[in-house]
Amino acid sequence: MKIKNIEIENNWLFLSIMTIIYIILSITNPTIFNTSMSFFTTTLYQVIPTLFIIFSLIFVFNLILDTKNIVKWLGHLNKKRGWAISIFAGILSHGPIYMWYPLLSDLKEKGMRSGLIATFLYNRAIKIPLLPIMIYYFSLKFTILLTFFMILFSIINGILIDKIVGDIK
Amino acid sequence: MNNIHITTKKTFNNMKQTFPILIAILLLISLVNSLLTEEIVSKIFTGTMLDPLVGAIIGSISAGNPLTSYIIGGEFINYGISIITITAFILTWVTVGLVQFPAESLMLGKRFAFWRNVLSFLSAIIIAILINFTMGII
Repeated sequence: MKIKNIEIENNWLFLSIMTIIYIILSITNPTIFNTSMSFFTTTLYQVIPTLFIIFSLIFVFNLILDTKNIVKWLGHLNKKRGWAISIFAGILSHGPIYMWYPLLSDLKEKGMRSGLIATFLYNRAIKIPLLPIMIYYFSLKFTILLTFFMILFSIINGILIDKIVGDIK
Repeated sequence: MNNIHITTKKTFNNMKQTFPILIAILLLISLVNSLLTEEIVSKIFTGTMLDPLVGAIIGSISAGNPLTSYIIGGEFINYGISIITITAFILTWVTVGLVQFPAESLMLGKRFAFWRNVLSFLSAIIIAILINFTMGII
């Protein structure tokens, strides 16, 4: 309970620091303050739908998935299936990376391996809707090679995270 | 029915805990984006062997839609910046999150966040070298 309270305090401390920085900025450099605030409001409007989806997912997962199921699918028992799920879920997920932290934190508490979280987060960098733009700027050959290496390195990073973070049982 | 009530409460508590971090991280990202303009970034590259490392560092500091990194990367081609540097830049943009680090460590653990970012940074440089090599032989 004490640890949980410290976590909550840290969350508010981070926001307080940012608020102070913005207050100072509004006095010392109004141009940067206005540009940052404009970027902030635009991004906030953009992420609201994603936030809604993520908290709906957290609600559904809390309702239908228990620790036993998570360990079975994303724990240490079935490695191949775990990698496959993390890769596809990472590629298909959308929205900013930090929007997914609450859901991943929830799944981790229920038994998801750290390595699979790392693999999921790495594969989020592969954006299917953006591939045509990447092809336009950097060629088809570059896009295919980059996608291939990213999937490969997502697994390598996942294995290393499992070993380093040390939740291999 | 009782189960739905407990789950709703649990989800609401999660939202309550997450809300300050998300707002703080959005404020930080907005600030970094205002300070790091395309013009400033393109002036940093000097055409030396250190460029890929510099590209990876700038990508790690930057945050936002990957589309922006592709557009900036596309502009870098016009400036004559190497493909290794551009690859390292767009890869770290999407895989390394120095700006998101406080939020990631608060929610997923400091050790996890630190090592995930370190490994993603190193992977970006290795992938950039591999891409440069394979693009030349295929």
